[in-house]
Amino acid sequence: MIVADNHLLLAETQKITPPSIEYSSLSPLLIVFAVALVGVLVDAFATRSTRRVIQPILAGAGFVGALVAVAVLHGRHAVLASGAVAIDAPTLFMQGTILVFALLSVLLVAERRLDSSGGAIVASAAVTPGSKGSTAARTSEDVQTEAYPLMVFSVTGMMLFVASNNLLVMFVALEILSLPLYLLAGLARRRRLLSQEAAMKYFLLGAFSSAFFIYGVAFAYGFAGSVEMGKVADAVGTTGKNDIYLYLAVALIGVGLFFKIGAAPFHSWTPDVYQGSPTPVTAFMAAGTKVAAFGALLRVFYVAFGGLRWDWRPVLWGVAILTMVVGAVLALTQRDIKRMLAYSAIAHAGFLLVGVAASNTDGLRGSMFYLVTYGFTTIAAFAVISLVRTGDGEASDLSQWRGLGRTSPLLAGTFSFLLLALAGIPLTSGFTGKFAVFQAAIEGDATPLVIVALVCSAIAAFFYVRVIVLMFFSEPLTEGPVVVTRPTLTFATAGIGAAATLVLGVAPQPLLDLANTAASSGFVR
Amino acid sequence: MNTVPWLTIMLLVPAVGAVVVGFLPRRRATLAKQLTLAITLVVLVLAVLATVAYEPKRAGFQFAQHHSWISTFGISYSVGADGISLVLMLLAAVLLPVVVLSSWDEVDGPEPGGDGLAAPAGGGRGGATPAGPAGGVGAGGGVATGGVATGGVATGGVEGGGGGTAVLVAAPPAPPAVGLGEPVPARGTEARGQRSVPAFFALLLALETGMIGVFAATDVFLFYVFFEAMLIPMYFLIGSYGPVKEQAQRSYAAVKFLVYSLLGGLLMLAAVIGLYVVSAQHLAHGTFDFATLRQLEITPGVQKLLFLGFFVAFAIKAPLFPFHTWLPDAGAQAPTGAAVLLVGVLDKVGTFGLIRYCIPLFPDAADYFAPMVLALAVIGIFYGALLAIGQRDMKRLVSYTSLAHFGFIALGTFAFTSQAGTGAVLYMVNHGLSTGLLFLVVGFLVARRGTRDVAAYGGLAKITPILAGVFLIAGLSSLALPGTNSFVSEFLVLVGTFTVNKALAIVATTGIVLAAIYILYLYQRTMTGPVTHEENRALLDLSVREKIVVAPMVALIIGLGVYPKPIIDIIRPSVTATFADIGKHDPAPTHPAAAQPGGHS
Repeated sequence: MIVADNHLLLAETQKITPPSIEYSSLSPLLIVFAVALVGVLVDAFATRSTRRVIQPILAGAGFVGALVAVAVLHGRHAVLASGAVAIDAPTLFMQGTILVFALLSVLLVAERRLDSSGGAIVASAAVTPGSKGSTAARTSEDVQTEAYPLMVFSVTGMMLFVASNNLLVMFVALEILSLPLYLLAGLARRRRLLSQEAAMKYFLLGAFSSAFFIYGVAFAYGFAGSVEMGKVADAVGTTGKNDIYLYLAVALIGVGLFFKIGAAPFHSWTPDVYQGSPTPVTAFMAAGTKVAAFGALLRVFYVAFGGLRWDWRPVLWGVAILTMVVGAVLALTQRDIKRMLAYSAIAHAGFLLVGVAASNTDGLRGSMFYLVTYGFTTIAAFAVISLVRTGDGEASDLSQWRGLGRTSPLLAGTFSFLLLALAGIPLTSGFTGKFAVFQAAIEGDATPLVIVALVCSAIAAFFYVRVIVLMFFSEPLTEGPVVVTRPTLTFATAGIGAAATLVLGVAPQPLLDLANTAASSGFVR
Repeated sequence: MNTVPWLTIMLLVPAVGAVVVGFLPRRRATLAKQLTLAITLVVLVLAVLATVAYEPKRAGFQFAQHHSWISTFGISYSVGADGISLVLMLLAAVLLPVVVLSSWDEVDGPEPGGDGLAAPAGGGRGGATPAGPAGGVGAGGGVATGGVATGGVATGGVEGGGGGTAVLVAAPPAPPAVGLGEPVPARGTEARGQRSVPAFFALLLALETGMIGVFAATDVFLFYVFFEAMLIPMYFLIGSYGPVKEQAQRSYAAVKFLVYSLLGGLLMLAAVIGLYVVSAQHLAHGTFDFATLRQLEITPGVQKLLFLGFFVAFAIKAPLFPFHTWLPDAGAQAPTGAAVLLVGVLDKVGTFGLIRYCIPLFPDAADYFAPMVLALAVIGIFYGALLAIGQRDMKRLVSYTSLAHFGFIALGTFAFTSQAGTGAVLYMVNHGLSTGLLFLVVGFLVARRGTRDVAAYGGLAKITPILAGVFLIAGLSSLALPGTNSFVSEFLVLVGTFTVNKALAIVATTGIVLAAIYILYLYQRTMTGPVTHEENRALLDLSVREKIVVAPMVALIIGLGVYPKPIIDIIRPSVTATFADIGKHDPAPTHPAAAQPGGHS
């Protein structure tokens, strides 16, 4: 009886052959995932004070370990786990980038000397703002340490997002990366209502866009009979009568991805979420999510729908132009520095789309390089923003930054340098990145797009410069914000980001070589 | 001799100096000044040595150096000098120590940016209008807001300056507005909001690096990098160190300057990338090397587009007629030293770019657009002169005269004769000297009197004879009186133009009459006649430091007016080679004497 049952079971399992998993090649993902799980356990069992110390170290160590694994894996070019995951040079490049940015962001999150008590993360997220105990929660030394495992989970999702070779896996990755971010957005210690509103908005709109994405995947399956990118690409090569499904698939998947990169007209969440989230999380989102989303976007458009280039290019042009114009123009009207950087992020997404629209190897190289430069600069910029504070938290209103150049020249100088980098002034990484992207676009016959991008750069320069004007050319306020001088971790992050911005502007060749190797070896199919 | 990497050393010295000076603590203001002066003098010596080592007869770039920089895009660190760039580097190297010395006391002062005359003026004013919310900012803040609030755009300086005059003159402590004039020391005023002296001089050194780099670069990308990077120090110089009392206007001027230049620069960037892509199509690998690029045969249609990209950037920079509106603002709001460098050297980058990049790289397009450029040049000559005549603000006036001068330079450049071309390049140098001196003298006046308004002066020749004399020399050089340096260049430009386009040359010549009007009218209103304002009687003549500042300028103006040959010998072969390269040879000489410009007064 038992034997017969076993036989039956064996017979059934033999019908589905288990995929062979190359654990070593997946090691970066697995390390980060394991660290996330351990983080959850630590949070469950360790005391409050110990986990405040353990969690950041654990997360940081996990990222470093994964980074080492990524470095060891360089040169791998394979499809793993029955075509679910692709490990190739662009994937590894993006994964490494995400890990570096995550590491820097953890430093920011772990900063505990900024506020009167612990850091930027709320003590207890569940306390209703304004209710009894909410004031106590603000000054409490406690921290919602779940933030760290959430971040690590999100990084797992990001790394899987850029590696997925299968649209369904990509969707799963999208959810893994998004859900923790929705939570993280709501964890700000100050301005709880704003933070919760941000989390809510992000969640609702994000869920909406995920629905679009999965609907698009369904259409892709309907067209190609598979959700594997290679097979979709093969199906695109054939002509059939189901083309309408294909176009719907491209459009809907595109909507999902454009939402994640913050491209117009799917950008409306960006300013609110950037403003409401705790600043370290904003930095993490701005840098990490952008890399992940662009990694996925590049893979989808270059691999799965590469054969449709001539069909999606006009749409991409339109989205790119709209994104740049919306980002640059609306940033002009912002009064809040985090919102301004949010619109700047939108404009930068537009510039990146110019590189994607080039649809050639140079475009891939330029986009990857740009992502690295933008990430470093933007993390450093948010780090600096978190340093300028009043008694009520960050002084994020622009008017409070008046005369900062006179009172704290080093900080204002660093921030100006970062703003100039975002504006794309030579000898900063921002310029090199723009150059790489625009060069690819002109080579890829997208000259009009480049002209628009340059005009938008000029408009964008105006609002960056306006902040510099405020900081340096205006008289300081008497009751102005205080620049916190003790936080070593935030200083370190800002310093690393600014140094990278300078180095990548002056000597970009090594990174360009890396990006070039990655781009020319191309996506695996 | 030419194995010495002169240009690289000339770049490194101020660059390192800028970093060192920039990191000096604020207290070490004097050390910063001395160090900066020493560095600029070293650069000057280097520039002179390089000029001596330069061999005008040899073709091509000298002191050339190539190092691969960003090989992915074929970008290299390539520098080299020909006659045209060498004299402009020399000009920059000469002007820098002069500017440093002239700015010695400009940004000092215990008050936030107080230059000794803002404080009492503001103190008096601040007393009359009890400090509002801004009062708490401290004396300096009160001054700034008061000045801006009471004065309109141009008159702010005039009103504010009224009370302050005597102080600067009679430097001793007792300010005229007694009691109330004593600045009320608010909490931490001194620490908050003071303008850093080392930073000012570090910016000057950074600017010098940029100026030398932009002339030395022989890689188009490197040129672009310096072209843009140079904007940033100038932007901060105008915005942070402009007139204390006109905060709104100076940030407006600084932003206008930056945005105009950036817009031009970005259009140029499009053309630069376009050039790279074209080169990648022609050659195996794209390049930015100037010498390689000028060998390319670009199709005329593409040439026109690329030409326009470069031209607009240079026309904004220079500036030529319809792109000039930023110059008067920037010129008026920049601190004197920065203004000298702005019109003296920075703007030359535009005209230099025309002759170095626009013409040799896109010869067909240059031919095609030459009539347009010539027309703009002549319009600029008249438009600038007419506006200059109508100005009451002296710094704006000088800025507008520059517009006219740039018209002459563009005229000479696009006449495509070696004579006019040589004249144009020489004009760039001479304009730097004469307008530089004019700005300096006006700056001295403004520092004494606290206002740029012409009406506040009158009859100063009696009170400050040396200042008036230097003013006259600068003015006469600016209107190209024979015997001064500018005459030679203007003459060459007009003669050279005459041989190819008589009508244009004749029209342009009449522009000289207008030059005489704006200069002499200015001189008459400020220096001659009776003393119209009693308080001006207390003004002091040039100090020893100021005399040292103007002496080399005056010497060069007269010296180059009498004996310009050494400079011309350096310039001429390069200009001739440039035009020969694009197939422009001088027409057979007809009657050069007929082009003798008349109307010098």
